[in-house]
Amino acid sequence: MSENLLNEFTIFVLAIFIGFEVISKVPTILHTPLMSGTNAIHGIILVGAILIAATARDPLQIALGLVAVILATINVVGGFVVTDRMLEMFKGRPTAKPAEKTPPEKTTG
Amino acid sequence: MTVAVALAYLLAAVLFILGLIQLSSPKSARRGNQIAAVGMVIALLATIPLLHFTSGGIVITIVGILIGVPIGAVGARRVKMTAIPQMVALFNGVGGGAAAVVAVSELLLQGSHPAFAIAFPSVFSIVIGSVSFAGSLVAFAKLQALMTGSPITYPGQQIVNGVLALAIVALAAYLIAVSSTAIIFVPLLILGLVLGVAFVLPIGGADMPVVISMLNAFTGLAVAASGFVLGNFALIVAGTLVGASGTLLTKLMSDAMGRSLGNVLFGAFGAVKAGVAGVAGAEGKSVRSGTPEDIATLLAYSRKVIIVPGYGLAVAQGQHAVKELADELEKRGVEVEYAIHPVAGRMPGHMNVLLAEANVPYDQLKEMDQINDEFKSTDVALVVGANDVVNPAARSSPGSPIYGMPILNADEAKNIVFMKRSMRPGFAGIDNELLYDPKTVMLFGDAKDSLMKLVAAVKAA
Repeated sequence: MSENLLNEFTIFVLAIFIGFEVISKVPTILHTPLMSGTNAIHGIILVGAILIAATARDPLQIALGLVAVILATINVVGGFVVTDRMLEMFKGRPTAKPAEKTPPEKTTG
Repeated sequence: MTVAVALAYLLAAVLFILGLIQLSSPKSARRGNQIAAVGMVIALLATIPLLHFTSGGIVITIVGILIGVPIGAVGARRVKMTAIPQMVALFNGVGGGAAAVVAVSELLLQGSHPAFAIAFPSVFSIVIGSVSFAGSLVAFAKLQALMTGSPITYPGQQIVNGVLALAIVALAAYLIAVSSTAIIFVPLLILGLVLGVAFVLPIGGADMPVVISMLNAFTGLAVAASGFVLGNFALIVAGTLVGASGTLLTKLMSDAMGRSLGNVLFGAFGAVKAGVAGVAGAEGKSVRSGTPEDIATLLAYSRKVIIVPGYGLAVAQGQHAVKELADELEKRGVEVEYAIHPVAGRMPGHMNVLLAEANVPYDQLKEMDQINDEFKSTDVALVVGANDVVNPAARSSPGSPIYGMPILNADEAKNIVFMKRSMRPGFAGIDNELLYDPKTVMLFGDAKDSLMKLVAAVKAA
């Protein structure tokens, strides 16, 4: 095992423990935002996608690189934005306006 | 990798961890997500010095980002709060797909005999990434009602899935040990996609969130594996964090349903009963239904009311109306609390998000363990669009698919009011005997409409 690989492996194992430790304290009410937040973090694959896209030469590499960058960008942008939208609602006390859209114009069947 | 890049990656990793820690508390959760986003930006900027762009490379990088940003941002902005679970599934799936494509692309450069340290994580990333991609798309289609949400089963399904998995292992072993060419890893990719579909098809009903959470962890691991392939620390750390925390989250979710993960994944939940329960349940039992005025009077003269919200409330967009009803009752001196089942809605925490949107204060939202003993001393349990989470069959019928799932003890309240659109069974597709309980009054109709009528009637009472 090369030294580099050994370093990577060490980081990998330590990250597993941090991952477990960090989440074990999360209350149920935050499970959905947390899932969504971690979902955004694995959008880091965009770094990998750009690394392979950057050096693309032949048409196949170009196609694969483009697909990878698009998919990864959707993951990272969508992930953070949707998590933010969820958490936006977790404001503390009633600071903002209470229910204003009560008129029953949007009755679903 | 230069020192500066390595340090920037370390900073990004620290921000991801801090972000996750802040996500653990409602007060700081939003900032936590923003901190993680800052970490992401740093990781991306730090990557720039590592890039040696070809002319085609720089074009596709920029074009790809320009295409991806609006899709992700608009999708996330437009999605209704009720559709959040499938949106998370979709964003997760594309991430898994990206991880698989990155691994394929890297493997193409490696010739036919890549080193084990490259070949193994590549294969892992290709298989897990494509399983996550295809599985997430099926989960999306199920939750978005593009296909039936019920489990899809056929005889010998487990065997077919087992054979698929074995074929994948065999191909992967061949690739690593003998020869790595496109003829081997393209079929591997395709088999991964097929397995992803086959794996999620038999899962349905209330189990979808658990599956999405697991696929989320899968994507994390696939990303970490891609990190090993590329020798990139940022990918390894972030991917592993998600893989580990996602695995634990998945376990917490299946625990909340009182079932083992294996049972969720391979139990073909409620498959047999789903089709017939709606008809069979209505036979021979009588149901009491009330007018909004009757129920408003009952509520207005109670001392204590516990509201049990469920997915029906979310579908009807009734969270603001329920808050208005609670306010009206509190004005009259009624004590109002909300009992939130861990899997109310379609994901743990989903209901809290919706009620928070309507500005319901946190301290009125009670988790199951906090409130279950209070139902005994409660005058009215108002069940709004929930069903399975108050189904006593989970306690009393060992044959029921939800047997063993912890439930809210709504049946212990002095009166139970069920607001439902119809007598149709809940998400899990099983009948609920509580609907036929003599203490139960039904109020049929769209949850939001009914709530508005109740608000008006309580004001008049």
